Amino acid sequence: MRVMYLVKSNHPGPPSPELGEAMGKLADREIKAGRMLENGGLMPLSAGAQVRIEDGKLSLIDGPFVEAKEVVGGFAIFELRDKDEAIAMAKEFMQLHKDLMPGWYGTCEIRFFATPPHPR
Amino acid sequence: MSETHRAILAIWRIEQPRLITSLARMLRDVPLAEDLTQESLLAALEHWPQQGVPEKPGAWLMATAKRQALDHLRRGAMLARKHVQVALDIEQQEQSMPDFDGALDDDIGDEMLRLIFTACHPLLSREARAALALRMICGLTTAEIARAFLLPESTIAQRITRAKRTLSDSGLGYETPRGAELSARLSSVLEVIYLIFNEGYTAARGDDWMRPQLCAEALRMGRALAAIAPREPEVHGLVSLMELNASRLAARTDAAGDPVLMADQDRTLWDQLQIRRGLQALTRAQELDGGAGFYVLQAAIIACHARAAKADATDWPRIASLYAHLAALAPSPVIALNRAVAVGMAEGPQAGLTMVDTLMREPALKTYHLLPSVRGDLLFKLGRYEDARIAFEAAAALTGNRREQEFLRRRAAACSIS
Repeated sequence: MRVMYLVKSNHPGPPSPELGEAMGKLADREIKAGRMLENGGLMPLSAGAQVRIEDGKLSLIDGPFVEAKEVVGGFAIFELRDKDEAIAMAKEFMQLHKDLMPGWYGTCEIRFFATPPHPR
Repeated sequence: MSETHRAILAIWRIEQPRLITSLARMLRDVPLAEDLTQESLLAALEHWPQQGVPEKPGAWLMATAKRQALDHLRRGAMLARKHVQVALDIEQQEQSMPDFDGALDDDIGDEMLRLIFTACHPLLSREARAALALRMICGLTTAEIARAFLLPESTIAQRITRAKRTLSDSGLGYETPRGAELSARLSSVLEVIYLIFNEGYTAARGDDWMRPQLCAEALRMGRALAAIAPREPEVHGLVSLMELNASRLAARTDAAGDPVLMADQDRTLWDQLQIRRGLQALTRAQELDGGAGFYVLQAAIIACHARAAKADATDWPRIASLYAHLAALAPSPVIALNRAVAVGMAEGPQAGLTMVDTLMREPALKTYHLLPSVRGDLLFKLGRYEDARIAFEAAAALTGNRREQEFLRRRAAACSIS
């Protein structure tokens, strides 16, 4: 099953060098294991913009943005066997943050793609 | 199965290849390394349900597995006590242990290659290679492999044990082919990956029209191989072929589980992300060698279907021409039959039927249900309904898959109404 990880955190900047290196190694391992299809880190929200619909009207918000508690900072797309495997991967990924970037708080959200399930 | 138990097996599948490669480095023997890693799985199953899953389960498994390996080396040394040198060796080995991890980080590709090439050694039968690959590379249990191949667990267990013994006995348990040898040995690896994929994709026997898990495992191995051997065009060709075929999985059967022919499939159900990946892999393969390889050609054929938004937009003349190349590269009656289908679409049913009729005397196709099935389809299109009905009935009698059988019977029945 295809899964998207959305990593949200309170920490706007890039990862510490140690965390960056460890995540790079993990990504390398996962690509070479054939499980990871895509990944990427995202620039802070202030570098982007939001187009919204409210009260039936389109509006562009090009900053400044209200500080959100947790902002999406990165994503990855994996092809995995089941939810157990998806959870195991997320735990390993988050453990790296816990060990290598003290003070970092955040959430790794596990979301499955809504592609039609393969019939059995 | 408890939540912890499932978590352990999930972690196991992720970690096992790395455990094997690490131990193989110490022991210079992949099959033995695989044996010893199993001990660390048993240890996890024993301890984790009570103590909880450790914070770094991979490190825990690695430490446990290495302890097993060192114990094994020590036992071996005891048996050969007269060789004082062995004791010294072990001491050195123990001191240099941390290096295993360091080296592994830089060398993950090499180690994985060794594992894949050992599991898929041409000395082993195709079936043994498939079982060993699913066990050592994908981390499936013997029970899971048995379920996937619809075979008794004991059969698979025996297959794996025998294959490992063959490798260890012949001293082939630890080697990495390089350069020209790598390319030569590669076909043995690709063959196994494709066998596993097709076992899942076509489900030759039983009620299951397909076993998607095997497709997923084969794809994963293919992607892994493409990541660690990126200069091999046929690897990308096979990955492309598998991605493109798998992209249709959701559209291949209807709600009742009955097969749907490609021409009748709802193409909005085709997985566009997977198609894009398949086409990218095809481009990479074609850039590397011009697209003349066995798997690259097949991928190019499937790509013609993947690119067609509607069935009648399919570029059949191109498919027919690609099949001509494929038939020249790898002459086989099955490829000739597929070529006849493409010619039938490109030039009309009579041209296809003429080619199919020359295949009717082919001994290798005598019990192949797709031959009368294709023939029935061409006869139907020519309006020769009674001949078509006979052909579909013959095809139904030859297939072992219940769903396919029902499908062919329905086509036969439709001839009587027409």
